[in-house]
Amino acid sequence: MTDIQEFALPDVGEGLTEAEVVGWHVAVGDAVAINDLLVDIETAKSVVELPSPYAGTVTALLVAEGATVPVGTPLISIGPAGAAPAEAAPPAEATVLVDEKPAVLVGPGPKDASPRRRRLGGVSLAGERLGDARAAAWPAAPRIRTFDPDPDAASAPVVGRETRTPVKGVRKVTAQAMSRSAFTAPHVTEWLSVDVTRTMEMVRKLRAAREWDGVRITPLLFVARAFLLAIRGFPGINASWDENPQEIVVKHYVNLGIATATPRGLIVPNIKDADTMSLRELAEALDRLVVTARAGRTQPAETSGGTATITNIGALGIDAGTPILNPGEAAILAFGAVRATPWAVDGAVAIRDVTQLAMSFDHRLVDGELGSHVLARTGQLLHDPGAAFLHV
Amino acid sequence: MTLVHDPPAFASPTDPPPPSLERIWTSKDSGPIQFVTPDGELTDLGAEYGVDRALAQTLYRDMARARRLDHEALALQRQGELGLWLQCWGQEAAQVGSVRALSPSDYVFPSYREHAAALVRGVTPGELLAQWRGVSHAGWDPGPYAFHLYSLVLGTQTLHATGYAMGSLLDGADDVVTVYFGDGAASQGDVNEAFNWSAAGNIPVLFICQNNQWAISTPTDVQFRAPVHQRAAGFGLRTFHVDGNDALATYAVTREAAAIVRRGEGPALVEAETFRMAGHSTSDDPSRYRTETDLATWQARDPLLRLETVLRSLDTRASYFSELEEELERLAVEVRRACRELPDPVLDQLFTHTYVDPHPLVDAERLAYRKFVELMSVED
Repeated sequence: MTDIQEFALPDVGEGLTEAEVVGWHVAVGDAVAINDLLVDIETAKSVVELPSPYAGTVTALLVAEGATVPVGTPLISIGPAGAAPAEAAPPAEATVLVDEKPAVLVGPGPKDASPRRRRLGGVSLAGERLGDARAAAWPAAPRIRTFDPDPDAASAPVVGRETRTPVKGVRKVTAQAMSRSAFTAPHVTEWLSVDVTRTMEMVRKLRAAREWDGVRITPLLFVARAFLLAIRGFPGINASWDENPQEIVVKHYVNLGIATATPRGLIVPNIKDADTMSLRELAEALDRLVVTARAGRTQPAETSGGTATITNIGALGIDAGTPILNPGEAAILAFGAVRATPWAVDGAVAIRDVTQLAMSFDHRLVDGELGSHVLARTGQLLHDPGAAFLHV
Repeated sequence: MTLVHDPPAFASPTDPPPPSLERIWTSKDSGPIQFVTPDGELTDLGAEYGVDRALAQTLYRDMARARRLDHEALALQRQGELGLWLQCWGQEAAQVGSVRALSPSDYVFPSYREHAAALVRGVTPGELLAQWRGVSHAGWDPGPYAFHLYSLVLGTQTLHATGYAMGSLLDGADDVVTVYFGDGAASQGDVNEAFNWSAAGNIPVLFICQNNQWAISTPTDVQFRAPVHQRAAGFGLRTFHVDGNDALATYAVTREAAAIVRRGEGPALVEAETFRMAGHSTSDDPSRYRTETDLATWQARDPLLRLETVLRSLDTRASYFSELEEELERLAVEVRRACRELPDPVLDQLFTHTYVDPHPLVDAERLAYRKFVELMSVED
């Protein structure tokens, strides 16, 4: 076994100290040629593919998927063609569950790499493609690990009656963004219950109208529309706090973010220049945004540069909440469930469609008066959607 | 290894064939000059010029070698053998087409991504990789190749080239001093000074701007309003705009531009429209700022596929392609071997390379260094 060569994690990005092993392209027993892709690693900068410096047979994978290891850590052993698996390899029954399909991670066994083979961003050695196909191919199901080769490894599995999942990827980004936002921007949340019966009528009317055929009409569309019109009336809400020069930046455009649950987790893609769109354009943009996000194909540019956000918690059956601001924005509007509710109308109780709006704003730059105006105007427009609602 | 020292087949110094491409391309309204469409069809202009099979084969081989070296170097970087690599993938035609159109003695100032041009000039893979492995500040002696060291300071080489060309003029040589730079560098003051200085002084510089659409993450539509060839024309340069993924067109255009400069009619500029298929460097993740649509568009304009289609339509022998494939395999082995065998630098050399002539301060420092090393080895 003297001809076994180890390939250690290189610094692939000018001064990086560690990387996470995202996924192996090979298994023990596989024959590899020089420059065959071995493994995808994720550094602080990007996901990159590492090609094999050696030709031969894989005798051991030394780092489990999901583990973060320092530069210089041996990743894989490669012996001469036909070499036997390393004796020190963990037991063959050790498995990792990916996409609910068991696949052998370490040790000899049948190879079923296809569910783990993900196409990633950055430069592809095979040269067949580049770009962010990464999102499209990420597994939808949570990756559950039942194998722990090293108790100290970053990737820890079920221990006793607990499951420990390493914080990474979208979860990590979300956590950082939420902590930063919650602890730098003093949040105020205001609530408003709104009778949206007439808005719901308009939704039904447009859905039935021939000229709106093929356009996806939802209550969210009208909330977005109302919010945009309220922003137009009170542009100070469409702003951000710039810490370093100590400036308040008012944006003369609205990139409207829509908080979206995707296979990768929560992302907030935004509709660029949503304030200049007609209702139809807005409807189409909204539909495109949601379809793209759910398919996991949202491009990085689509999640940056947002100016105000809507989160549609009503879709999950929730009445209201206190949303946390998307970092860099001054307002986020939560749209609750629309419920048939007893409601006072002209001195009598009637059954009306009622929703709750909850808007959080950054109190550093938005006073209660401005925030209240924006929320009240949004509610008023949804209560009484006039003809103006349909046009720019 | 003979394969890396093959004598480059440079342009024959015969007169450029008619019609004048400069006259054909006269206004900003016409797009870049193109001889071969992305599908490999000859354009009317391309048909009028005709295809020189030997030239087409040379250019194709140059491009294939550059691409193979580039991809091997990427793999070596990912294997920890190189600290950094800046890929030329996608820009092969712009480099090969232009450098082949020069005379071998025309001194070239590259930027830092001109690996295809360097290979054509005979720079060996080991020399090319030394800088990126971090074992040398620069890997080759520029003199024999008439190919200067890479310049990492953006655009500065345009002024070096202009100054060098002034010297060449004073020497009475008829060199066309050629300088490569990019669309991003064209925003630098240095480049604009070089344009103005060379035009005002009628200095024989040929500027080759590879417009690869991205200055790291800044796209050209954010970078400038008027394209480089228009701005250069404003300084008084004779300018050309060519499809830089079309090796044959780039060759013909560069040849005509070089002839203008060689006749003493002043500096000229060729803007070659191309695309950087990889990231800015191996530390860059272009998927953060580029869309897949962008890439697909340019993948369809690949310079190698285009010329291969032309060659196949000319009934090029199958042996040409199979022999080239074998040559590329040998090149790949050579690139890997040369990279791993690059010697680590010896610190003592630093003192030798600082001044041409002996210098008392450097001598004193060298002595102190050697004493230090001796002391350390005794303690061991």
